[in-house]
Order: sequence, then structure tokens, then C-alpha cells
Amino acid sequence: MSSPNKTLPGWIDIGLIPLINIALAFLVSGFVIWLIGEDPIEAVKIMINGAFGYDEALGYTLYYTTNFIFTGLAVAVAFHASLFNIGGEGQAYIGGLGVGLLCLLLDQYVPLWVILPLAIIASGLFGAAWAYVPAYLQAYRGSHIVITTIMFNFIAAALMNYLLVNVLIARGSGSPESRVFEETAWLPFMHEIFAWFGAEITRSPLNLSIVLAGFASIFVWFFIWHTRWGYAIRMLGHNENAAQYSGIDTKRVIIGTMCLSGALASFVGINEIMGVHHRILLEFTAGYGFTGIAVSLMGRNHPVGIIIASLLFGALYQGGAELAFEIPTIQKEMITTIQGLVILFCGALAFMIRPTLERIFSNFTQENKTAVVE
Amino acid sequence: MKKLFQTAAASFIAMAAATSYADEIKPAVVFDMGGKFDKSFNEGVYNGVEKFKSETGIEYKEFEVTNPSQREQAIRKMAQRGSNPIIGVGFAQEAAIAKVAQEYPDIHFTIIDAVVDLPNVQSVVFKEHEGSFLVGVLAAMASETNTVGFIGGMDIPLIQKFACGYAQGAKYVKGDASVLSNMTGTTPSAWNDPGKGSELAKSQFDRGADVIFAAAGGTGIGVYQAAKDAGKLAIGVDSNQNHLQPGTMLTSMTKQVDVAAYNTFKTAMEGTWKPGILSLGLAENGVDWALDDNNKSLITDAMTAKVKEAREEIVAGKISVHDYMEDNSCPSL
Repeated sequence: MSSPNKTLPGWIDIGLIPLINIALAFLVSGFVIWLIGEDPIEAVKIMINGAFGYDEALGYTLYYTTNFIFTGLAVAVAFHASLFNIGGEGQAYIGGLGVGLLCLLLDQYVPLWVILPLAIIASGLFGAAWAYVPAYLQAYRGSHIVITTIMFNFIAAALMNYLLVNVLIARGSGSPESRVFEETAWLPFMHEIFAWFGAEITRSPLNLSIVLAGFASIFVWFFIWHTRWGYAIRMLGHNENAAQYSGIDTKRVIIGTMCLSGALASFVGINEIMGVHHRILLEFTAGYGFTGIAVSLMGRNHPVGIIIASLLFGALYQGGAELAFEIPTIQKEMITTIQGLVILFCGALAFMIRPTLERIFSNFTQENKTAVVE
Repeated sequence: MKKLFQTAAASFIAMAAATSYADEIKPAVVFDMGGKFDKSFNEGVYNGVEKFKSETGIEYKEFEVTNPSQREQAIRKMAQRGSNPIIGVGFAQEAAIAKVAQEYPDIHFTIIDAVVDLPNVQSVVFKEHEGSFLVGVLAAMASETNTVGFIGGMDIPLIQKFACGYAQGAKYVKGDASVLSNMTGTTPSAWNDPGKGSELAKSQFDRGADVIFAAAGGTGIGVYQAAKDAGKLAIGVDSNQNHLQPGTMLTSMTKQVDVAAYNTFKTAMEGTWKPGILSLGLAENGVDWALDDNNKSLITDAMTAKVKEAREEIVAGKISVHDYMEDNSCPSL
């Protein structure tokens, strides 16, 4: 055994390394907080309490988590085909448009149980359609998907702005928003669902969409690892030439994958439009599509990892808001810095500490081996 | 000795209590997504509440929202902590204020730039079209090419309202004046894109404009710079921006957002805060045009006289300036 064992066991790779990375991110964040003259320990306490400490906080955390699960899964599915979908933001925006239009169309006529499945379909179709064009250009024209999906985010923003300012704006309103849907098109909030069973929890934007996020996670796991299509996607991701040689129609797989990715991202629209705001409004995606990239990266493109990473980012968003609320000197820019550091350490520098850990681990196992030999 | 200490301590506590009773208000402000340093609307509110703080020594609670769901969350949280009054900045907070104000009927809310019809809400709106009309008059009179330009920030009805008032003012003095209008963008980044502001200004100059009114937040800085470089004129917005490029700033259309925010806290402290709609136009000095040392060489006596006349006629109701937001259309553009 001349070369040391380079592979690490799974629990270090997907358990310990992310934990160390988060700890490093918080260490640096703590240093920055200390620099501006605040107590880092106190800040961490406020953040954790603000994210998990009481039911309203937990509700907000899980509400953000729902968004990140959708966008994280969207990025992950595309990533398995080696496609980098940066367009989650635009796909979610347009998906929300689909949901909103359907609600505006049907809310006066049919009950929720008719609207909901149709809204999920409308959302998926709109999101998939928005991803289809960049996918087609990638598959048949060779335009790089990173560039085109970024561009489509801008086009989505421009389109939504045009529609809200000129077409969908509620009469007499100064704010570019559609009219509020009738209550038949409101997804029940979790505090309402709990109330049906007699349990009382504080109101928060958390709604039924989180269940949809759970189903989406199971679906993605099953689809990627247990179906022929998933196999084709992963094969394309590993080696396009080999995939083609083995008879996979790579162009169709690229388009199919991107449409699925777009549909997953679009469900942010279900959570935001049907679940929380009950009207179409500007900027409801608020960067969730971009954060989805970090979530997917941290979650190693696996649904379980994505759920955990989404929870972390949900906690960062909600805990961060709480921190800005409690300590006036900590501004929103500071919260962005902390979020940025977590992304930096867990995403970009994910493997920074890996060689060190490998060395420690191999020393450790070799010592054990010598001990056994002796 | 011990007793003396106790009395001293007791009287000290009583004194502290007395002062805290006098300043019993716990004001709060929730800024919108632009953030409190957006060089525009939110910053106006920030300046107003900061002025209140430095004058009275009363601290205020604040929050800057970063996504739409936080509006309601932040306002409710302020209400839960017993803040009163609470200022919501911007039309986007309309729905959130309406919801929370119903839940907390004893707390006073002020929303700026939108109307919420509830017994515990004060709605402050500005007649930007009237102020824009006046600077439109000035622009058309200063123009030699008979072409004036408008550069807006994000394409929303509020900014169309500026554009529409401006166009009406220009056409009021010169019926055949042409008005060029461009919006910087469709996302909030349009409020802070001086590079694009400068490009749009250059293109409007190329198309014959020689005075440009920018209602675009931080983007305006680029417009003013481009006007200076080209030797043309520009008009500032929201606060008096004449000092930014002395000599090429024709004037500024001021909107007293800071005064509105300051007055909210001040009247709450004095117990004279009232619910209802405060519609601040020329008559209320809520909007105006700025004249100071930096631009007085550019303003002729004829212009002063004409703008004074227009102002009086608007206040008297002889000229009615069309408000874009009434029907989302502008006959003059």
C-alpha cells in the first residue's frame, strides 16, 4: 500500500464536511459581527431562536424552506444531466404567472379542489415552457444554457412587469398588482389546517405547498434513480458521447430534463401566489431561484441533501430577518454577507478542507492497520 | 445613610419614569425593498425620521424588507412590540398595512404613497403630477430645440404619473413641444443604474432634446452627468438636487417625503396625529420646484412669472392636471 487511501467514508463526505464548512462560515461571520462592535454569541442565539425558537418563526423558516426545495430540486435535476440551469428565477416567475392567471380565471366559479390540480399543471406548463426555449437552443443550436437561462430571467422580469403594469393591474390601484383572488383559490395556511384539528399555532405564511414540496422531493428521487428516463439523464450527465453511442437521444433528454427542471422551479409560484400573496405581484421570487443553486450544490444534488440545505437556508433567511430586527446596527447587507459566507464555504469552497481530512483519516486508519499487524 | 440612598434612588427612578412618560411614543418605520439608502424615496423617509431622532432624542425601530413576505411580517412584528406609530414606506406595503391595521385597531399606521381606508391609518399621497407640471413648464421654456426629455426609473404607474404631468406642463407653454420618454428598466435595479441613465440621456440628446427630467432615483446621477458633459440641462427629483451639477441643473421637482415622515412622528408625539388621506400637492407645499444659488442664473424672470402663474391656476383649480393613475393613461404622451 504505497499510496494512502484517498476515499473517505460517506459519513465524513456528506455529514462531517458540510458541518465543518458551516462552522467555518459562522466563525468568519462572527468575526465580522465582532468587527462592527456586536456580540457574535448573542447574534447566533438570536438567529437560532429567530429561526426555530417559537412556532411563528418555525413557520416562516419552513415557508422559505418550501421555496428552496423547489428551486434546489430544479437545479439538481438539470445538474444530473450536466446542465447548469441558472434560470430558476425566471421559471418560477413565469410559473407564478400561470398559477395567477388560472386563479383569476376560475376563482369565482369552482372550488379549491378543482383549482389546485389545475394550478399545479398550469404552473408546471408555464415553467416548463420558459425552460423549453433555452433547452431547445442548447440541444439543437448549441447556445450555452448558462447564458440563455440568465437572459430568460431578464425577459421574464420584463414580461411580468409589462403585464402587471399594463394588463393585470387592479382597477384604481397604484401598485402594479392583480386583484386579490377569491378565497376559493387560496391554499390553506398551516395555521388554518392545524385549527381544523383543534391545535392552535401562530399565523405564518407556511401553507399546504410544503406537502407538495415533499412529494416533489420523493418524485425526483424516484425519477432520477429508479426510472429509465432518470438513467438516461444521469448517463448524459456523465458522458454525452457514451450516452449517444448507447442509443440515447441526447437532444430529447436535454429538452425533457430542462422542462422538468423548469416545472419544479415554477412551483415556487404555487407557494407564493396561491399560498401567501393571493394575487400576482412583482418580485415575488425574491432571489429564491438563485439561492436554489447554492442549495443544490450543498445538498449534493440529492433530495435528502436538498431538504436539509433548504432548511439551513430557510433558517438563515428567517433568522437573519430576526437578527436585523433585534440588533439595529446589523443591516440587511450584513445578513447578505452571512448568507454569502455560508454559500462561499459550503458551495465554492466545499472541498477546501477535504485533503486535510483525507490525510488525517488515512493516518488514522493506517495506524489502526499497523496496530492490527503487530 | 441607607435611607438617603433609597430616597435618591426612588426620586431618580421617578424622574426617569417621568421623562419616559413624556416621550411615550415608540415610533417605527418599515422601509421597502429599495432599502433606506436608495438615494430616492426610502432615503427621503430615512432623512425625515433621522431628523426627528436628532431633535427629540427618541429612538425609532426600523426594518428593511428584502422579500415581499417580510412586509407583513415586519409590520406585524412592530405592532406586537407595541410600536406606535408605524410608518410603511411605499405603495407595495398597501396590502400589508391594511391587514395588520385591522388586527391592531389601537395602533396608528401611516402609509406613504398609497391609500388604505381604515380608521387607524393615515395615508400620505403626493400630487407628483402637479409638481412635474411645473418643471415641465420650466423645461419647455428653457428648451431651444422645442424638445424635452423624461427618463423614469422602473416602469410603474407612479413614474408614469411624473412623466404625464411633465408632458402636460411642457405642452401647456408650447403646444407643439415634443416630449421624449424612456424608462430605465423593469426591475428595481432600474432605480440604481447611473450608466444606463447616462446612455438614455445621450440618446435623447441625439434625438434633439436639450432638457431632461429624471425621475429615476440613483439612475438620475448618470443623467445629470451626461447633461453636464453635453452642455445641456437636467432636472432633479424628490429632493433638491440642484447642487449635484451646478450650472446644468435647471431645477428639481421636490417631493417632501422627509417632511411627511417627520410630521408623522412629530404629530404622534404631540397627540395630533389624525387618520385619513393627506393628499399633498402644490397647495399644501407637498411638491414644488427648487430655486437656489445653483440654478438661479438659468431661470429667467419670464420663466419665474410663467411658473408662478401656472402654480396659481393649479391651486385655484383653473388648470386641472391629469393624474395618470386615475385611468392609467396619459393624453399628452
